[in-house]
Amino acid sequence: MSTLLPDFAEMARALRAGKVSSRELTGDCLARIKRHDSSLNSFISVYPEQALAAADAADKAIAAGSAGPLTGIPMAHKDIFCAEGTRTTVGSKMLDNFVAPYDSRVVSGLAAAGMVSVGKTNMDEFAMGSSNETSYFGPVKNPWDLQRSPGGSSGGSAAAVAAGLVPAATGTDTGGSIRQPAALTGLTGLKPTYGRVSRYGMVAFASSLDQAGTLTRSASDAALMLGAMAGFDDRDSTCANVPVPDYSATLNDSLQGKTIGVPKEFFDDGLEAGCAQAVQDSIKEYQKLGAVIKEVSLPNLAMSVPVYYIVAPAECSSNLSRFDGVRFGYRTESTGDLADMYTRTRSEAFGVEVKRRIMTGAYVLSAGYYDAYYLQAQKVRQLISDDLSRCFAEVDVIMGPTTPTPAFKLGEKMNDPVQMYLNDIYTIAANLAGLPAISIPCGFSQNLPVGLQLIGTQFAEGLLLNCAHQYQQATDWHLRTPSISGGVA
Amino acid sequence: MSLSKQDIDHIARLARLEVAPQEKGDYVEKLSQIIELVEQLGAVDTTGVVPMAHPLDMVQRLRPDSVTEADQRDYLQQNARDTENGLYTVPKVIE
Amino acid sequence: MSWEVVIGLEVHAQLATKSKIFSGASTAFGAQPNTQACLVDLGYPGVLPVLNEQAVAMAVKFGLAVGAEITRRSVFARKNYFYPDLPKGYQISQFELPIVGKGQLTIKLEDDTEKVVGITRAHLEEDAGKSLHENFSDRTGIDLNRAGTPLLEIVSEPDMRSATEAVAYMRKIHQIVRYLGVCDGNMQEGSFRCDANVSVRPMGQEELGTRTELKNINSFRFVERAINFEIQRQIDLIEDGGTVTQETRLYDPDKDETRSMRSKEEANDYRYFPDPDLLPVVIDDDFIAAIKAELPELPEARATRFAESFGLKSAQIETLVGDVDTAAYFEQVVGEGADPRLAANYVLGDLTGALNKDSLEIAVSKVSAVDMAGLIKRVMDNTISGKIAKEVFEAMWNGEGGADAVIESKGLKQITDIGAIEVAVDQVIADNPQQVAEFKGGKEKVLGFFVGKVMQLTQGKANPGQVNKLLRDKLSS
Repeated sequence: MSTLLPDFAEMARALRAGKVSSRELTGDCLARIKRHDSSLNSFISVYPEQALAAADAADKAIAAGSAGPLTGIPMAHKDIFCAEGTRTTVGSKMLDNFVAPYDSRVVSGLAAAGMVSVGKTNMDEFAMGSSNETSYFGPVKNPWDLQRSPGGSSGGSAAAVAAGLVPAATGTDTGGSIRQPAALTGLTGLKPTYGRVSRYGMVAFASSLDQAGTLTRSASDAALMLGAMAGFDDRDSTCANVPVPDYSATLNDSLQGKTIGVPKEFFDDGLEAGCAQAVQDSIKEYQKLGAVIKEVSLPNLAMSVPVYYIVAPAECSSNLSRFDGVRFGYRTESTGDLADMYTRTRSEAFGVEVKRRIMTGAYVLSAGYYDAYYLQAQKVRQLISDDLSRCFAEVDVIMGPTTPTPAFKLGEKMNDPVQMYLNDIYTIAANLAGLPAISIPCGFSQNLPVGLQLIGTQFAEGLLLNCAHQYQQATDWHLRTPSISGGVA
Repeated sequence: MSLSKQDIDHIARLARLEVAPQEKGDYVEKLSQIIELVEQLGAVDTTGVVPMAHPLDMVQRLRPDSVTEADQRDYLQQNARDTENGLYTVPKVIE
Repeated sequence: MSWEVVIGLEVHAQLATKSKIFSGASTAFGAQPNTQACLVDLGYPGVLPVLNEQAVAMAVKFGLAVGAEITRRSVFARKNYFYPDLPKGYQISQFELPIVGKGQLTIKLEDDTEKVVGITRAHLEEDAGKSLHENFSDRTGIDLNRAGTPLLEIVSEPDMRSATEAVAYMRKIHQIVRYLGVCDGNMQEGSFRCDANVSVRPMGQEELGTRTELKNINSFRFVERAINFEIQRQIDLIEDGGTVTQETRLYDPDKDETRSMRSKEEANDYRYFPDPDLLPVVIDDDFIAAIKAELPELPEARATRFAESFGLKSAQIETLVGDVDTAAYFEQVVGEGADPRLAANYVLGDLTGALNKDSLEIAVSKVSAVDMAGLIKRVMDNTISGKIAKEVFEAMWNGEGGADAVIESKGLKQITDIGAIEVAVDQVIADNPQQVAEFKGGKEKVLGFFVGKVMQLTQGKANPGQVNKLLRDKLSS
């Protein structure tokens, strides 16, 4: 019997009523991972003993009446979050042997809320990728079609949740790395406002873009998890000191009179017809829910990909300089001089895409090119942010597709980085401007899930979750599951 | 603009990376494509635009000057490949 | 051909904070290797910098002291290069928008003229760790305790024209940071060090010559020697038809020469960009006002005050205020009731001599300011003579107690009882008829002989003034 229930609220009810224990829920997840993950490759590390011990502690808390809404619910962390005493690889050979000596804020926050982590999920190496194929631990398969990519970089988290191996997982989103895999696997993927969730303990890719978030079935689950992850942290200078509202409390607010902006640039030639149809249909659904639809424009949207591929590589080239084989991580076996030790360590342990991005970053920052590339990118970043601000003067939420196409085949874009990069055309703008965004399942194209993206103003996660939840009350796309999951709902 | 093999060598050296001779062609091709992609920005008129360094329009928070970190050397050096007498060690540095 | 020398200095002052600039690890000197290097200092994946308020306050304090503009919105940038003692592969520094802008200070030259030296900027940055080459034969050891210690890098304009001027400037900066309490100035421990940019050009030429950068010089003497060596090297090179290469050079004090640092040559493309882990540092009026309010009295103001209130000689004042601890010691001695002139004499005389002999700093003097005042007061009230005071000071320095205790235990109290002195005077006159005759014959200097004899007889305890007067009276009668 599957103990996996459709959402956290039902799990919490069952746990409190004694119908199921956290040990059973957790054990069930571990069994599913054992059964299915050889075909999905969604986990890098699984910790049965630690997970069951945490589950027992949760069961005690439930019995003692001190449980919260997340107590005892199993989940998994993207392997980018440091968790003390456990291997944290970031999908790279560089950190294959790295045991984190401390907990990230996300890990400690969710543990404090009583969630039970069963392991760490696969990801593109250092979160650099949109297909999960750059992982040192091999590509992850999409549970809807094992020939296809689940997206990336949080592809392991997405595949694990979509396949019902765990009810939820954390992810990080630098240019779409939560929303795109959520869209391609039929999940709810939330990227909060930059600064909403502390980056402490999250291995950095691009510091001005990275943000931690969630991959869940429903918006109501995301609301609960975000509540435990968000909030001020004095160990991160870029973490905002803004109160965390009760995101669950506003889920049922009416959408009557809310204005939704639909940027015409989101419906360009690159958008696959089935995706376009599903998105248009869901916009109509919002009209039925009382929202007013308004066409808006983001004239500089097309520039978001080039801006991103200057800013992100620049920051990553510097962030990844600390991996030199001296204090942690991989170190070459070769016994040359110091320069040789650095070069071999880094060349042997970084994958091709990571090296490409480090080199791109070094190039755009190098003497003589800084103004033309990096500085110009920062200016266009401002223009894109201004475009969004202009829209938000007129509308409450911006809506459109999350990705131009449904899940693509593994290997299809691996040899063409630019084509791969263009896959993030709709998601990057929110990262550049630091805005919250969510992707929710809104239909199918070619029998593959399609994602609808909602973007809000800074710290408007409550409104995004409210909009997503209202849609999920009216539709059942988020309850559709691939056959591998054995039908959760 | 396409990059040359010399460009690749130069930036690889800056980044302490090594590109094997047989890989060089691929790096030249792919990085040139990427640079071509990002060069589209040159066409955008940004006269008078203030560069956006960060999405968070806030100011740096200041931490009180107090010692909060205890010695964790032995614990942390478990992650290092080569240490001796509490020092991290590397091949001889010649200044 | 005659040459003009152009020198600019970059002084690195470690700020005297308790914790590091971006982490809560201790900055105390001398700990076991890597025991004060926390996750942030080691550049662990996932950890982030948070700025130390005191480091900012100290930088602003320095800026105000040299009349510089304080940048209201300054930015941290990453300076990217690989080196084993630089854990993150970049140094967090400031590039385009340093916290302290243009300022200036006045140095005094040997001929007593003054010269204004411009300060281009001063910026906050983190120090690197230390590479230890001596411990192993085939490897280099890395100690990251120093990594992340706050540094204020103070960059001068190329305003100096000789090694002597450069040293005077460096001393002035040293004096200011010590007065402000923002740096302990300890050069042996590397708390205060400098890089010198040196070039030469034919006298009268406008355009600057190619400069070399001399790295990490950590004593005033070495700065002078390194610069002088480098000036001569450049002149010789050019006069022999060669050209100066722009490069980084290291001064070797053992050989007294500079040599090229190959390891630093390649990595000159630092790829600075704003650090995305840190937000702009905004300094408002209140912050500046609070620091202004606690700004201590600076050397010039103190010298003026000493001149006005104590009537000391200008050379004495200069030495007293030259070092903040000496000035404080002196003020405490005076504050305890000692005569300022006597206090100046003792502090600059006996005390300085004793400190030098034992290689001690005045802050850890074996005779406290309070005890020093006690000694001077006994001179003032004629309990002891100046000569005996030297002996008392010696005993105090050797830990034999305060002035009164030493005077008591050694029985050094001056004899001021006129009767007792008279007995001694009478005896000396009676014992030396020949000399009495000489004096009476007009040989004035024989008086010194009598004084000496009387002092001998009273074991130096007779008041010399009284002895003189009595002798004259009796011999002339």
